[in-house]
Amino acid sequence: MTENPYQPVLATIEKIKVEVTGERAIKTFKLVMQDKKIQKEFNFVPGQCVMISRLGKGESMFAISSSSTEKDYLEVSVMKQGINTSALHETEVGDTVGVRGPYGNHFDVEGWKNKNIVFIGGGIGMAPLRSIANYTLADKNRDQYGNLDIIYGARTSNDLCFKDEFAELQKREDVNVHLSIDVVEEGWEEFVGFVPSNLLRVKPPSKNTIAITCGPPIMIKFVIQNLLELGFKDEQIFTTLEMRMKCGVGICGRCNIGNLYVCKDGPVFSNAQLKNLEGDL
Amino acid sequence: MESLIISKEKFPEIINTIVKSYRLFAPTEENGFSGFNIIKDYSEMDLSYLNSRMPPKAILFNQTETLFLMEPGTKGTIKPKEIRNEKTAIFAIRPCDAKGFRILDTVFFGDVVDPLYKANRDNSVLIGLSCNQPDSSCFCTSFGDSPASGKYVDILFTDIEENYLVEVMTEKGKDFINDFSRFFSPASSKEIEAKNAKEQEAIGLIKRNLKVEGIEEKMDKMFDHPIWEEYAKKCIGCGACTYLCMTCRCFDMLDEGTLDKGARIRVWDSCMFPEYTIHTSGHNPRPARMNRVRNRFYCKYSYFPKNSDVIACTGCGRCIRYCPVNIDIIELMNRVSEMEL
Repeated sequence: MTENPYQPVLATIEKIKVEVTGERAIKTFKLVMQDKKIQKEFNFVPGQCVMISRLGKGESMFAISSSSTEKDYLEVSVMKQGINTSALHETEVGDTVGVRGPYGNHFDVEGWKNKNIVFIGGGIGMAPLRSIANYTLADKNRDQYGNLDIIYGARTSNDLCFKDEFAELQKREDVNVHLSIDVVEEGWEEFVGFVPSNLLRVKPPSKNTIAITCGPPIMIKFVIQNLLELGFKDEQIFTTLEMRMKCGVGICGRCNIGNLYVCKDGPVFSNAQLKNLEGDL
Repeated sequence: MESLIISKEKFPEIINTIVKSYRLFAPTEENGFSGFNIIKDYSEMDLSYLNSRMPPKAILFNQTETLFLMEPGTKGTIKPKEIRNEKTAIFAIRPCDAKGFRILDTVFFGDVVDPLYKANRDNSVLIGLSCNQPDSSCFCTSFGDSPASGKYVDILFTDIEENYLVEVMTEKGKDFINDFSRFFSPASSKEIEAKNAKEQEAIGLIKRNLKVEGIEEKMDKMFDHPIWEEYAKKCIGCGACTYLCMTCRCFDMLDEGTLDKGARIRVWDSCMFPEYTIHTSGHNPRPARMNRVRNRFYCKYSYFPKNSDVIACTGCGRCIRYCPVNIDIIELMNRVSEMEL
């Protein structure tokens, strides 16, 4: 039989971590392919995406949030929003989901060696950035990159993803974590304000630096503006976009921005590319 | 290329022979329109219409199709779908629609091959029928094609009064003809000339022309032009143009089923609908009808040329004929073509 690109493989949920509770609940699912051979051959690069399906409830595209240095599993961080994501939030450890992918292009982790990297995330937009951040921070990779800065914010302290991981990273000497929340909260000791403002406060030097940003469209817009103000060139700024997707392989048509399909030509775009791209974002 | 003839007297017999070993799709009358359906007997066929209302893309790219089967749920499983390989012939497909398949091929046989479309395509013989009487909405000649073109079919039939001239265009067509060779005899130069005369006559009947030259470059500079809003004001967003378009192939994927049995299916979708692009967050990159109308024309006349080196329009005229508010792609594109920028 011909390989069917629409048919997922089965994976087992090994672990579920509650990242955010409440209205904008986020959980991170650790998935292991049921077929050991498929898991072994599942290679991806940070920035790539997977289609995850609670069988019977549909399928949605997620950025892989774990690092590709972890070979035995993959993680996706899912905000409870629609039918499939709500059903995923109701699953338990040991349950089965469908997985297709990996899809799309990726961050240029090879080309960015010996450079400083600043990660600028907002809300659930931290998910793809966590993949590359953990990749560069992995023991075997850390010395191949320069300074690493993580600028991350959410509406409230409850809405911050990966809180425990940031707490660990804040103890490390080889990475700087700058967290923020949008409005004042009792007991919050870090920056209060929007992510683009925190970026201006941190002022990462642009020399030999790559900036990667992901978050709500409005945040990305002002982050890019501020990066340009800080002296970053369009070629140094990268973002990862999302669109409604179905097939994941450039056939079903809906995720286009101009003549490019986010599922296969993206999701990672440089600002130089975005500037020349006319389309509905 | 081999040229043969078959007399109209023998024609019913060959059709009734083909149906014994092939799933034969041919135009039939349905509710006052023509539509491609599987026929079992010559008498069901109706060639009196210029073309079917629904495009024959539906034969190879089904409007609703199962992608795989599943047992739904948190302990679910997946069962592959058996891909059927049925010998299929499509008779009296018009040259424009046959070209439509060639355009669909660029998407379904792109970086990733769609196995369902491929199986259907591989198992189908396209037997074209030249248009001797194109109508006022036809414009295949705008793209350098002809209403009697054999370029995109395996076999081309042309009605030359007492006989059909039969041109065998591909190896697949040759194999097909060989199975039914007793019905055919070699064509004389007179009969070949008769076809050429019919073709010239038909070309002469096509009065409208879409000026394709330079359109892609023009559109590169027209994304924010008010012309899209002007046409969007007229559009009611019904999506008929996309469903009837031979080259539109957008689809949705969804899960259907009961508690213990299910399937992921795909169904045709349309970029004319706001739900098509809306994100779960509520953000919609194409919130206004203008965005959607613009996308449709850009898809055909800018994005396809950029990605597949072909305009995704064959000049079949369906979107003009059936648009409830008379949006005319020729008129629009000619305005684009002549735009002073």
